[in-house]
Parts: sequence; C-alpha cells; structure tokens
Amino acid sequence: MEKIAGLYSYWVVVVLMMAGLYIMIARYNLVKKIIGLGLFQTSIFYLYITMGKVSGGTAPILVHGDVQPVFSNPVPHVLILTAIVVGVATSAVALALIVRIYEEFGSIEADEIAIIEAQEPEA
Amino acid sequence: MYEQLPALMILVPFTAAPVCVVFRHALASWVIALAASLFSLFAAWQVLEHVRTVGIIRYKVGGWAAPSGIEYYIDTLNASVLLLVSGISCIVLVYAYRSVIKQVPLAKHYLFYTAWLMCMSGLLGIVITGDAFNVFVFLEVSSLATYMLISMGSDRRALTASFRYLIMGSVGASFILIGIGFLYAATGTLNMIDISERIPNSESQRAVLVAFSFICIGVMIKAAIFPLHAWLANAYTYAPVAVTAFLAGTATKVSLYVLLRFFFSIFGYEYSFGQLLLNGVLLPAAVAGFILMSLVAVYQTDLRRMLAYSSVAQLGYIVAGISLASQAGLTAGIVHILNHALVKSALFMAVGCIIYQVGHAHRPSFDDLFKRMPFTCIAFIIAGLGLIGVPLTVGFISKFALIEASMDRGWWLIAALILVSSLMAVVYIGRVVEVMLFRQSRTSTPEVSGMSEAPLSMLAPMYLLIVIGLYFGINGDATLSLAGEAAEQLLGGF
Repeated sequence: MEKIAGLYSYWVVVVLMMAGLYIMIARYNLVKKIIGLGLFQTSIFYLYITMGKVSGGTAPILVHGDVQPVFSNPVPHVLILTAIVVGVATSAVALALIVRIYEEFGSIEADEIAIIEAQEPEA
Repeated sequence: MYEQLPALMILVPFTAAPVCVVFRHALASWVIALAASLFSLFAAWQVLEHVRTVGIIRYKVGGWAAPSGIEYYIDTLNASVLLLVSGISCIVLVYAYRSVIKQVPLAKHYLFYTAWLMCMSGLLGIVITGDAFNVFVFLEVSSLATYMLISMGSDRRALTASFRYLIMGSVGASFILIGIGFLYAATGTLNMIDISERIPNSESQRAVLVAFSFICIGVMIKAAIFPLHAWLANAYTYAPVAVTAFLAGTATKVSLYVLLRFFFSIFGYEYSFGQLLLNGVLLPAAVAGFILMSLVAVYQTDLRRMLAYSSVAQLGYIVAGISLASQAGLTAGIVHILNHALVKSALFMAVGCIIYQVGHAHRPSFDDLFKRMPFTCIAFIIAGLGLIGVPLTVGFISKFALIEASMDRGWWLIAALILVSSLMAVVYIGRVVEVMLFRQSRTSTPEVSGMSEAPLSMLAPMYLLIVIGLYFGINGDATLSLAGEAAEQLLGGF
C-alpha cells in the first residue's frame, strides 16, 4: 500500500509516459503523434518536479534568523524550465513540418502518405 | 582572449546564426557561416594543441566553479572530435555554396545557413560540455536545426523523412533526459566528474541502473546503432546532399562520443562493462549491424541510400571496437570515428557532384559517367577504396586496428565477420564503379559525350577531404597515437 499511495506521483509519471509512447506508436495521424510526444515530454517534466520535492519543504528563500526552513530543491525546476522551452520548440517545428506535409501530400495520415510515397519513383 | 577560446568556439557560431537572419541574404549568410566555422576550426585546433601539450582543460563558464556552475571539460577525445566537427563543417560549407543553389530555393538560403550554424554549434556544445544536462540542451539545439536542414530537401519525401527523424530523435533525446534525471536523483549533481565520483557510493543503485538503461537506449537511437537506425536511411537520402555530407561526418559521430563519455567516463569502465556487461548488448547489435546493413546496401540502386546503409554498417565497426572495451579496441573505435567521417563525407560529396550534373543518383540510369565527370569518379573511387579498407587509405588503418584488437581478445569470429562485411563493401562500391567506368551511353548522341564536370568550388573541398584521407592513410600513426591517448584517458575515468 505504501508503495502505491506513497509514490502516487511517480505512478502518474509512468502512466502519462506510457500513454504518450502508445499514442506515438499506435496513431497514424501525425498531429496525434505530436500530441503523444507532448504527453511523453510532459511526463518527464513531472518526473523532475517530483524528484525535487522535499516533503514539508517550502520555497527556497533565505530568511533572517538562525533557523533556516526546510526547502524543496529548486534545481530540477530550473532544469525543467529549459526542457519545457525545448519541448515547445520541438512541437512548433513538428507542426510546421505537418503543415508542409499536408501541402505536399494532401494528407496527414501516415498510412496514406506511405501509399503515396510507395508509388513515387525511386529518388 | 586565448583562454576564452573554449567558450568562443561555441558562442561565435551560435551568435552568428541570428545575424544571418538579420541580413536575409544568401551570399552574406554563407560568408558569415563560413567565417564562423573557420573561427571554430581555429579554436578547436588551438584547444587540441593545448590539451596535448599542457593537459586537460577545465573551463568555468561565466567564472562559476564546477559543482554549481557549468564546466567545459576538454581532453584529447573531445578536442579531436571538436576539430573533426568544425573541420568537416568548413570543408562542406565551401562545397555547399554551389550545391545548395541547385537544391534549395534561393529565398531559403539564409535560413539554411542559419540552421547549419545552429546545428554545428549544438554539435560542438555536446562535445565540449562537462555538464550532463548541458548535453541534453545542446543535443536538442543541434537536433532541431537538423530537422530543419533535412526538410529543405528538394524531394517532398524529405518532409516525411524529417518528421520521422523528429519523432525518433525526440524520443531518443527524452530518454537521455530521463536518464540524466535519474542520475541527478541518485547523485545530487549534474557535473560529469562529480557524478562519476558519487555513483559508486550512491544509496540508490537502482536509480543509477535505470539511468544507465535510459541513456543507453537514447544514445543508441541518436547514433543510429543497428536496430534503432530506421530514421537514418530516408533522412540521408532526401536531405540536400551537402547536409547529408555534413551530418554523415558529424552527427552520428558526436552521438557516439556521448556514448563513450557516458559509459566510460561517467559510469566508468568497471560499472558498464564489468558489472552490467554492456558489451552483451552492444556487440551483437554492432555485428548484426555491419553484416545486415552491408547486405542491404548491396541491393540499393540509389547511391545516397546505399551510402546511408553503409553508414549504419560502419557505425557497427565503431561500436564493435568500443564493445571490445580494451585499450586496443577503443583506440580502433575512436580512429574509425575520425576516419569514417572523412571517407563518408567525401563519398556523399562525390554523389552530390553527380546529382549536380546528372540530376539524380540512380545507379542503373547512369551512362558514360567517367567520360563526363572524370574527377568526380576518381574521387568516388578513392574514397570508396577507403570505405572498403584498402591499404594506403584511412579505412585500412582503422579496420586493421579493429581486427587486431578483436584477435587480441581471441574473438576470431568477430574478426572474420569484419572481413566478410568488408567484402560486401567491395561488392556495393564495385557495382557503382563498374557502372561509372564501363557503362556506355545507349543513346550515343555526340553532345552528351563532352565533359561536364562539377564546378571547382565543389571539387576542391572534396579533393581536400580525399587528400587528408590519403595522408592519414599513409601516416596512420598520427591518428592512432591521438586515439590511443584518448582511449587511455577514457579507460582511466576522469
């Protein structure tokens, strides 16, 4: 019980991650693949934030006086800020590519595009 | 100024990239890109000199000391990879100017060179940094630029190839990110040296193990090691050929560098190969890779696709060398990283010259190629011999070292399989050479029979690479001693 309830945050990470991976593999629609990728990356953000949390910890601010409060580790938050930016940039590039693919092939379904590609002469 | 070179090497191309966007001019951005690459090459040369004469460089970014700040850690291994990346970038940029004019619409040229600079600075950043999270950031910088470069190919299938690479590459990079997260959880630091010191005493060995597995898979995807290579063939085939020549020499090599850095320096030789038996994963993948992919390459009719599969095969040799996990094996692997980069970039450049004049790279429809483009054909043949591993070429140096290393370990079968795979290389290069030399024109119209060689600005950089290749093929000690030094440092840990 302790394993399930005490680590529920990590279970959320695992479920989100696997859902994201599954969508990326199982869906043919390119936009849905990107949604899956987004979900997958979000689960990693969640993993980092969870790692940095110290139970009972507050924000890491220095206070006057002898007793310093227990605070959560701020480093994972900073790291994940970078990773979020990277994730946004990846989605933006991917969506731009999907627009171009739609213009060229008239479809955003991976299986339909594969059929069109197979009919084209070799490079 | 002088001691700031490690930072400037990254910073100059990185800041030059947006400058290209400001100018919005094809020629101006090409000049900027070339100047920035030349600066990085100069800096890399100086850094390598310093590392080899004085010793390892530990550069504090912004003056912040290691545990809290980001550190650039440069030893012989990454100094030589830095030199390789910036050198290939310079040479291929000279080549790219004419090649890109034919393959990319003029309005997009400034974006092309912007992405090129971002890609190069990202690759240099991955190699130079001594901070684990920094590796991920630079990895994504270079990957995003790479997706953009690949999608600029003139064939519309470049778009789907780029998209496919984007999905695979992002998953690979995310896996590395997860791995780094677990390493941070287990050790409480991101500095590579600190991590390597704290791993043996970490209380959560399971987290270290999970980190190890995630990083292993992530790097294998990015380096296109055999079962995870699916993105590579289409990406190399449909990208503008200058991009392919650049990526074939740098991108996968940098990922292999990451593999070496993580498994030897951070996790340590003992942990990766002694405790976890990593070679049990890498060696079968490597052997299956170089046998199967050489076989697949034999059946390709498009030269770019053939060379792409051959790249995966050659990566197999490098990984085989690494997974021997001995001083000799590691030396062979590192030498082959450098040598294969020279050979494969030259080959892709030769194919680019053919595409420039003939308009395609479809082997069965070539005719009279040698009469029309003798210099390109000679370059292709010399580089092809290097790929096969004929004596006096670079390929011979590294394959000989590799076979010697596997015999040292008593792995005769591996040595035999390397020879078998080399014979397959003879077949696939030979089929191209045969068409080049002996296929007569079927139409035999007089106007085709004249010489129509690619422009000098494409031939010259290609021949420069060939000459460098021949030099290191004859004077193999130069690269072997460099690689030996790097291997020694790797096996010694930080």
